[in-house]
Amino acid sequence: MMRALLTVFAKEFVENLRDRRTLVSALLFGPLFGPILFGAMVSRMLNQSVVESDEPLAITISGGERAPNLSRYLESRGVRLHAEALSETDARERVRKEGAVVLLVPPDFAARFQEARPAPVFVVADSSDSQTRKSADRLRALLAGYASGIAQLRIQMRGVDPLLAVPVAVNDIDVTTPAGRAVVVLGFMTYFVLFSVLMGGLYLAIDCTAGERERGSLEPLLTLPVARGALLGGKILATCAYMCLSLAINLTAFVFVFRFVPLERLGMSANLGVRTALEFFAICLPFVPLGAALMTFVASFTRSYREAQTYLTSVLLVPTLPIAFASIYSLKTKSSLMVIPSLSQHLLMTSVLKDEPIAPTDAIVSSGCSLLLALVFIVFTARHWRRESMLG
Amino acid sequence: MIEAAALRKCFGAIEAVREVSFRAADGSITGLLGPNGAGKSTTLRMLYGVLTPDGGSARIDGLDIRGETSAARAHLGVLPHAAGLYGNLTARENIAYFGSLHGIGRQRLAERVAELARALDMQSFIDRRARGFSQGQRIKTALARALVHDPANVILDEPTNGLDVMAIRNLREILRNLRAQGRCIVFSSHVMQEVAALCDQVVIVGRGSVLAQGTLEEVRDRTGSATLEEAFLEILGEPEGLA
Repeated sequence: MMRALLTVFAKEFVENLRDRRTLVSALLFGPLFGPILFGAMVSRMLNQSVVESDEPLAITISGGERAPNLSRYLESRGVRLHAEALSETDARERVRKEGAVVLLVPPDFAARFQEARPAPVFVVADSSDSQTRKSADRLRALLAGYASGIAQLRIQMRGVDPLLAVPVAVNDIDVTTPAGRAVVVLGFMTYFVLFSVLMGGLYLAIDCTAGERERGSLEPLLTLPVARGALLGGKILATCAYMCLSLAINLTAFVFVFRFVPLERLGMSANLGVRTALEFFAICLPFVPLGAALMTFVASFTRSYREAQTYLTSVLLVPTLPIAFASIYSLKTKSSLMVIPSLSQHLLMTSVLKDEPIAPTDAIVSSGCSLLLALVFIVFTARHWRRESMLG
Repeated sequence: MIEAAALRKCFGAIEAVREVSFRAADGSITGLLGPNGAGKSTTLRMLYGVLTPDGGSARIDGLDIRGETSAARAHLGVLPHAAGLYGNLTARENIAYFGSLHGIGRQRLAERVAELARALDMQSFIDRRARGFSQGQRIKTALARALVHDPANVILDEPTNGLDVMAIRNLREILRNLRAQGRCIVFSSHVMQEVAALCDQVVIVGRGSVLAQGTLEEVRDRTGSATLEEAFLEILGEPEGLA
């Protein structure tokens, strides 16, 4: 039994090592897709936010000569003003075409200002463009600061304590740790890790079942004096091996990518060193047989390679469901959640990223439940393999 | 020796095999002849134990294929209708994989594969990957795979399908050699000439039952027909079925 199992394992392992499609998906696309996309996305996000707070705000101002004091105030706050006389229609056009932010000072500004009546200005911006919306927000904050300064002066001149006009003082206390802040960004990285685990075994699971049947090699195989459990065991084991390989490549790539992504520039620290990667590997290991058993189970019921491919692609989405569910309801790590595979791995990996201690019972429940479910799928698949309908 | 005793098999409401009994002796070639859908493949599949009969039994060298499955299978080599190879493995690896699953040791296996490669004239492609094989090369590899454990009994389901004339002649030669080695060979075909050219015994199957069996002469004499072809048509009663 054991010998046959190992024979099947070795054959499936070697055969798939020679299959370009398997190799590309299991050892290249699957494991590297996450880190590459992730690295690119995070660096872009970082660059953007760094650029936005550091770079001077550039504003086109029309009628600035009517509000010299305001212009000086803005310039003293580092705003680069570009004066250009524009009608409101021109301004709209300019914003729509060039994505600029235009500040319009209308002719009656000075008169109303002097009469101490609300003096109008217009901020022309496109709020659907996130870039200009941020610029417009910064401009609005500056204008509000200018207005409140003027208001306080006016109140003071009338002999009233300006603090009366500030009934509430709002203070922000942000308690996110640098690592915690990174988790918001790194939250979906755990999905990429689980995705790479499944991708690693996808084509093997298909090839070992639906592929074997479609090729016509299943029937000769089933005429051998070998227990079908041994055949199935060897195939699932080979699938697991590729999944582990894919996971290892994936984590290595993540470690590598994080060397180059400047998370510290945002005041974040990502604990993604070799140690974290090893912890991730240990956390995901019980998920490997579960994924292999699940995919083999699904593929065993399909009639052809194509059909198996269709169904298994949706299996790839299965681990997202609990994770998405958890983020919608913003579930915190709780021991009761450790019974749900994929979610438990997600939560444990998140804890590692946050540098939080992991309760040993949580780790045991997480791996125990995943392995148990794997066993259930293996038993059901084995039962199906004993049926005549396996021949297709 | 291969024995089928009152084999019966239904798929839902369809009775694919009603009653098939025959005995194939060692050192002889037995041909299962019948039109498409007569129940030949189903019968063979019950003989090599991937289908469970709804009635009757099958024995390989006296071993029951259901009760003593592993032992019976060790005495049996099978070339099913769909005899696919692993395209990413070489012919040698394809054969060795099955040998290894039969529990043959590494040393003995290497010798046996070399022996089969010689006997089946496979040396020119034995170390090539099976992906680009011709139909003849495929059949040879699949046959070598079926013979790797040196079985006393061989079952072949429509082995000549898709082969060209040369390959068919080759296969006939191989089967005659296997017979000369004292093996019991059962093969199915819907091609009458195939059976006529090779068989010591013929079993004519139609609509799930054995319609006639015996040597070629016996079958011909029984119907009083001048030729084998007329005899078949007479027995089947449906001339359109045969190729």
